[in-house]
Amino acid sequence: MRLTQGTFSFLPDLSDDQIYRQVQYCIDNGWAVSLEYTDDPHPRNTYWEMWNRPMFDNPDAQALIEELKEARAQLATYYIRVVAFDNSHGWEAPRLSFIAHRPAEEPGFRLERTETEKRRQQYTLQPYASAHPPGQRYR
Amino acid sequence: MEGSSNQPLSTKERYKEGVLNYRDMGFWRPDYDPADTDILAVFRITPQDGVDPIEAAAAVAGESSTATWTVVWTDRLTAYDKYRGKAYHVEQVPGTQDQWFAYIAYDLDLFEPGSITNVTASIIGNVFGFKPLKGLRLEDMRFPVAYVKTFNGPATGIVVERERLDKFGRPLLGATVKPKLGLSGRNYGRVVYEALKGGLDFTKDDENINSQPFMHWRDRFLYCMEAVNKAEAATGEVKGTYLNVTAPDIEQMYERAEFAKELGSPIVMVDLVVGYTGIQSLANWCRRNNMILHLHRAGHSTYTRQKTHGVSFRVIVKWMRLIGVDHIHAGTVVGKLEGDPMTTAGYYDVCREEHNPRNLEKGLFFDQDWASLNRTFPVASGGIHAGQMHQLLHYLGEDTILQFGGGTIGHPMGIEAGATANRVALEAMILARNEGRDTWNEGPEILREAAKWCTPLQKALDTWGDVTFDYASTDSPDYVTTPTTA
Repeated sequence: MRLTQGTFSFLPDLSDDQIYRQVQYCIDNGWAVSLEYTDDPHPRNTYWEMWNRPMFDNPDAQALIEELKEARAQLATYYIRVVAFDNSHGWEAPRLSFIAHRPAEEPGFRLERTETEKRRQQYTLQPYASAHPPGQRYR
Repeated sequence: MEGSSNQPLSTKERYKEGVLNYRDMGFWRPDYDPADTDILAVFRITPQDGVDPIEAAAAVAGESSTATWTVVWTDRLTAYDKYRGKAYHVEQVPGTQDQWFAYIAYDLDLFEPGSITNVTASIIGNVFGFKPLKGLRLEDMRFPVAYVKTFNGPATGIVVERERLDKFGRPLLGATVKPKLGLSGRNYGRVVYEALKGGLDFTKDDENINSQPFMHWRDRFLYCMEAVNKAEAATGEVKGTYLNVTAPDIEQMYERAEFAKELGSPIVMVDLVVGYTGIQSLANWCRRNNMILHLHRAGHSTYTRQKTHGVSFRVIVKWMRLIGVDHIHAGTVVGKLEGDPMTTAGYYDVCREEHNPRNLEKGLFFDQDWASLNRTFPVASGGIHAGQMHQLLHYLGEDTILQFGGGTIGHPMGIEAGATANRVALEAMILARNEGRDTWNEGPEILREAAKWCTPLQKALDTWGDVTFDYASTDSPDYVTTPTTA
């Protein structure tokens, strides 16, 4: 399966040039860009690990691309996403978030059903990979 | 009743038994400077032949506040000047012979705090049947911050909904399950599963899906949540379906909403036809239970569409943001339903902005400060398809929900492919826009480029690429010529 979280997951994987242009768009809007990574892609895993602090005063997308190259080298078997934060009043939240790197194999999720009363099911979603400890989940 | 002037009557003359002109009873106040705490309204009035527009405006002010048809002495037991609606400005509607805009100010104490129901009982109450008028339309209202702060507003709002769903930087995508009537629960859930797995964020019950012989509401909720959970497992994304809890009475609405919550749905929906009190009760319930509330505007066109009588939809949007809906259907511009571009832009501004400056070209007659009330997601639904993606993004922007019902389910390769076509078209367009491309002019080319590697998108463009709904709008701004839609 292909994890389709993030803004551009239905497109072919973005090249570094394409990522650069998206990051520069964020910076030009005054948003702080950062990288986050995880090997637990559960859709409600909100807090991916922070690779760095958001770049608040950086005018050039190339700085993030360099960080991304370094992160990929160290975290080839992880998901890495770009997150852009907007601090303007009334937002103060991410404005763009997209996956910039993903593991070669994505086994997907197990849906477990527990039958309860009146035909109702309790659903639990588990990434197949999370059966292993962090750091040993993807190849 | 002749001999009206702008000079106020003496108290003795004013309270003599009998019938006076409304303008002589204190409802026409051209010298009045509205207070920051007043609620303001602008009406389009079409007086009967021979009725003076100023007298008509004063009558509207009177009938929507304290007046009755004759002088009553009991007025004098009250601080009557405070409670009178005050018509303070009348001007002819541009390009018309028989219509006037009447601006009226109402003291804040005329209204119960936090009650749109009470506001409407006055402002669109008896006055709309008043005989001296051929027609009356409530065009816009200004709510002072003091009154805005008596409402909770949307429980979730655009920003928190995006955080909860983990979806940023693009419009959300939905589809209304079709056919809207007749599917069994089991078949209905099939449509939900296919559409969500294919790439939509949401599916939606239609407005008239409640609990009919062909599908009981519990059955629908159970099958829909099976579909939502399966689609989440297939994609790793948060998904949802708007479960319509509209019911014959409020107790049953609560029962259905509770069941939706227990099943793990992040969202419920309700129809405008349940009324202001019903919607606000459900909005409060959603606030208590961390649920998103989707509003379908079923019924609104019976009173919003014609320009000479009724209520402008922009007023309905203001009421609904105060009441606290998280989503509201607000038009598509390019789809099958009524929607002039500038007028629709006005509705979207009311949903999404912190402050609306007066902008007559968009039909916004007043400055409106929203005092940090959450933003409402405008929903575009009705006759839209992937081939219009650049136009939809241009007119409606990024913070909107695009609902492709027929444009998903009618896809020649199936529902999942229809959903994928829409998602790919959207992501390709956002990517191009962010890269600085001119999506308005290059849109069709951007879609064709993506269709080279996405067969479902190619099929969608082949099937619907030429479909447009190009009819003149019945509700367009009065202050500029109407731009065309395509």
